[in-house]
Amino acid sequence: MKSAGFTTRWLPILLLVPQLSIIAIFFYWPALYAMQSSFYLQDPFGFGSTFVGLENYSSLLSSSEYMKVTRFTVVFTALVTFFSLALALLLAVKADNVLRGAKTYRTLLMWVYAVAPPVAGFIGVMMFNQSWGPLTELARSIGWDFKLGVNFNDTASAMILVSVWKQVPVNFIFFLSGLQSIPKSVREAALIDNRSSFGRFWDVTFPLLAPTGFFLLIINITYSLFDTFGVIDTMVKGEPGNNPMTLVYKVYVDGFRGNDLGGSSAQSVILMVLVLALTIFQFRLVERRIHYT
Amino acid sequence: MADTTHTSTNTVARPRKSIKWGTVFDHTILILGSLFMLVPILMVLQTVTTPDLETIKNGPGLTIGTELDDNFAKAMFQASGFSGENTGTSMLINSLILGVGFAVGKIVIGMMAAYAIVYFRLRFATFAFWLIFTTLLLPLEVRILPSYEIVQQLGMLNTYSGLIIPLVASATATFFFRQFFRSVPNELVEAARIDGAGPVKFFIDILVPLSQTMIAAMFIIMFVYGWNQYLWPTMITTDEDMYTLVRGIKQITQDLEGTNVPEYGRANMLALIAILPPVLIVIFFQSWFVKGLTESDK
Repeated sequence: MKSAGFTTRWLPILLLVPQLSIIAIFFYWPALYAMQSSFYLQDPFGFGSTFVGLENYSSLLSSSEYMKVTRFTVVFTALVTFFSLALALLLAVKADNVLRGAKTYRTLLMWVYAVAPPVAGFIGVMMFNQSWGPLTELARSIGWDFKLGVNFNDTASAMILVSVWKQVPVNFIFFLSGLQSIPKSVREAALIDNRSSFGRFWDVTFPLLAPTGFFLLIINITYSLFDTFGVIDTMVKGEPGNNPMTLVYKVYVDGFRGNDLGGSSAQSVILMVLVLALTIFQFRLVERRIHYT
Repeated sequence: MADTTHTSTNTVARPRKSIKWGTVFDHTILILGSLFMLVPILMVLQTVTTPDLETIKNGPGLTIGTELDDNFAKAMFQASGFSGENTGTSMLINSLILGVGFAVGKIVIGMMAAYAIVYFRLRFATFAFWLIFTTLLLPLEVRILPSYEIVQQLGMLNTYSGLIIPLVASATATFFFRQFFRSVPNELVEAARIDGAGPVKFFIDILVPLSQTMIAAMFIIMFVYGWNQYLWPTMITTDEDMYTLVRGIKQITQDLEGTNVPEYGRANMLALIAILPPVLIVIFFQSWFVKGLTESDK
């Protein structure tokens, strides 16, 4: 709060009412409702529900299907995060190097930020079209019979590729602005000390970018867990079947399609705990970040 | 990457060499990266100009066809689905309503709440702050089903308010404006008080004009975010005349399956219409957008 604030009593309350009522109705109520219904077993025909304690949780943790989805989510998240960070870092370092065409490259490398994940998924479906997709033909030319939506690993690879394509721009923007905020004097000093640009990158640039990198790591994990929903939903064409899916997609499939409110809520609560842990981790990093710079 | 950067060292060390291989290499990487981003959209652009039969026979090629206006007309005015109400035009209007409604709602509510938290002596300010900022922790995706049930109980399914308001229930804009208001010098509010300006006058005449750039940056980010929403619209809108372009994309994808002559031109045109408005905004207002994006997370 400002030291020189206003002292009017009714106005701030009036100003806070819209925000507070919206989050009360559409945030706290659903969150608590999820926690509550995770302890109940819902009648599939809507005739009430029974308290079952932790049964929803224990049946989830012992379900081999849930474990399979968890394993896939972990692999998917790790690969998408790694490739989109690495690719964006490489491109940002190069874009920071060049003098000519820097603005054009920046535009060309960041516009995909504005493409919606399901639309990216649609483009992926086109690129991997079974009979004429350019990427299917590319795969075929090296002897890989690519079958999107049929073969588990092929579908998973396509999902990862599309998710990386969609995420590189965000990372690129942040890495580039991180690189550009490194003071000129630091760069010049490094240039005198270390003549190998590769050595300079690892000894000077990389440590200075580390705070941005940590921050982006969390952003990318959250992206891979939640925002890829649209990519997955279009690429499996609404038929989950034997196709790969992530934890969030399973919450949707079980709760919305399968009408299993209790099980789906228990999954929601598990995800909430996961996101909370990630965010707390992130806040601690942000505090550390201030010391870096 | 190791040897690549190595080459550029040599050029930095000996800048008088006629061809700088390091620079050439940097450009090669950047061009490859740009192509990685561009090729998919080039395929979309080619398909929308090509007759469907040709696409089915040969796949996307390098020629530009003549079907652009035909595919555009089909995309905008021909409906898919059963009710015949989700033409491209109606989906485009819904997308605009969602994008603009979401951005405006977020900004107005966020600015009001941030103003109250930063500029007033309130006993429960800290408590309100934590109530609001806890919402940053949990994305909508983890509480979709209960949110759906509640919106259903409130009778807000298939309405614009049911589409927009639950999405507004997170504090990103509030957080952003709080950071900005705190950086506004204290002297301003003191001067305003000496001049006899009340809190409402100060807000409208001084603070809002001062925040113009921030509002613009937020609007761009929030519009793109709202326009691109998928999961929530998928759950909340079941009437086809309420579909947004992004929400309709799954149906468009599914329509291509199981028909003899899939309308690739029309489908790609709809995808293109879904892509263009947010992409153009991001490209044209690039500097505001980048500033807003990189500063909101500090």
